[in-house]
Amino acid sequence: MMHGPVSTTAAEAIARAEAAATRADASRRRADWLTHAILILGVALFALPIWIVLMGSTHDVATISRGEVPLLPGPYAVENYTAAWAEGSARTTRVPVSAMMLNSFVMAMLIAVGKIAISILSAYAVVFFSFPGRMLAFWAIFITLMLPVEVRIFPTFKVVSDLGMINTYTGLIVPLIASATATLLFRQFFLTIPDELVEAAKIDGAGPMRFFKDVVVPLSTTNMAALFVILFVYGWNQYLWPLLITTTGDVETIVIGIVRMIGSEADTDWHLVMATTVLALLPPVAIVILMQRWFVKGLVETEK
Amino acid sequence: MRKKVIFPQLGLPYLLLLPQLAITVVFFFLPAGQAIWFSFLRQDAFGIRTEFVWFENFVELFQDPLYLDSMWVTLVFSFWVTLLSMSVALGLAVLADRHIRGATAYKTLLIWPYAIAPAVAAVLWIFIFHPQIGLLGKFLNGIGIKWDYKLNGTQALITVIVASAWKQVSYNFLFFLAGLQSIPRSVLEAAAIDGASPARRFWTVVFPLLSPTTFFLLVINLTYAFFDTFGVIDALTKGGPAKATTTLIYRAYIDGRVNLDLGSSSAQSVVLMLAVIALTAVQFRFIERKVHY
Repeated sequence: MMHGPVSTTAAEAIARAEAAATRADASRRRADWLTHAILILGVALFALPIWIVLMGSTHDVATISRGEVPLLPGPYAVENYTAAWAEGSARTTRVPVSAMMLNSFVMAMLIAVGKIAISILSAYAVVFFSFPGRMLAFWAIFITLMLPVEVRIFPTFKVVSDLGMINTYTGLIVPLIASATATLLFRQFFLTIPDELVEAAKIDGAGPMRFFKDVVVPLSTTNMAALFVILFVYGWNQYLWPLLITTTGDVETIVIGIVRMIGSEADTDWHLVMATTVLALLPPVAIVILMQRWFVKGLVETEK
Repeated sequence: MRKKVIFPQLGLPYLLLLPQLAITVVFFFLPAGQAIWFSFLRQDAFGIRTEFVWFENFVELFQDPLYLDSMWVTLVFSFWVTLLSMSVALGLAVLADRHIRGATAYKTLLIWPYAIAPAVAAVLWIFIFHPQIGLLGKFLNGIGIKWDYKLNGTQALITVIVASAWKQVSYNFLFFLAGLQSIPRSVLEAAAIDGASPARRFWTVVFPLLSPTTFFLLVINLTYAFFDTFGVIDALTKGGPAKATTTLIYRAYIDGRVNLDLGSSSAQSVVLMLAVIALTAVQFRFIERKVHY
């Protein structure tokens, strides 16, 4: 260390600097702790509604109707989930949750796959070909961005009922399949495929469908995965459209089913509503968490 | 817009476009056109005679105090949903953007409500807000504050706002976080060296740089509050009590589905279409500007 009178000031300066650094360090650590605390609180508040429903779904109806709001698990998990899955709410809807889950699953899958299929085809046509009416076709698709299904709900309902498609999967799914978002995303991506690749394919004598199958589709898999997550969630979460189209239990989706299960509240099987809610949010949440990487990428890119 | 190297086939592109265009024409243009056409018509009570009434449906709509009420409800509702969900999301994103341990874990924990349907989110909040079986509702009634969102209009509005905003936070969080992460660290360090305090750094450097994200999210959140929250309202309050939570979209649903008033519900659809077109146009003007930077 330092010796002699001359060095005292230097030693003091170093000590001061070190103290300052320690203070800064401590204050940074304090800030980090505070950050963690606020984030944990945020996450907890965020999860609270789910936690209550998750715990409530393991209690009997009397506990919940008394308003005890249990925050710890109870003994009725198996009974409640089997009852909901196999029979549904006996006092209100009587449609088993398994049937509604199947309807939701079919709907979400067909919407996601259908949207991806028809938009990759139309984006391919718009980007790789030149033909009369190309811009018109592009704008016709593009402008549908401005007409979400909620806005044109009744006229569309009338068209679907004129076509005799009420209470059918076709009526439920096909009107939701056309989407400008997916077409735009594919178009943007196709524009980044180098011209040399097309050139090479043409020299090799590959036709447009061959090029599509062997080059474009394999290159697009990441985009497809990203879109799949977003569109599956979109399809699963539809509410207003299925509410209008399904008037019988045959094609009823789970999201509609829960709200119908609550009914007038007088004799609601709250424990089954809770179990059904957990079942209803499981598939889309699982897909988002499992495919998080593609999902975040896709979300941020489709909206640009 | 299109590649320089293209395929010469003429018939094929039409075939490729056919599925999407067919659906677009049948389920977008046909109904939109019909909505515009019907909005100028009026049927008599028995649905036998139909006459062309020009803008009478619109005039009637804007003279209807109940319609103006639902416009006001929509504005108040959208304002609070947007403000709440965006400010909470921004706060959480700023914290998660700090380089702390476990930042990815927080991200995962915060994004999954994105996947929950608005109607299901509403059902979740029943168990918070319900006066008898909800955690908070029961507590409030227990300490002597009368709380019942099925009877009190203001409380009903608060309930649907909180449930709607809750669901939207994770979406906003993702975009704010992406926006924050794209701000160059050198800019922040320069501000720090200049001696700006963290709060000052945020408001004078970070927030302005985030403005593209903020503006984009503003439009998205307004659209969400206008249209996608139908499920929340239908599950929680059914537009009541006394129409306190009847937004424009809920009113269009009631008039079309329950009252079967084709002229009026078509006129309402047209008004909503104009609202979306306005929002989209604003967004595009903005995107144009961003492109020109």
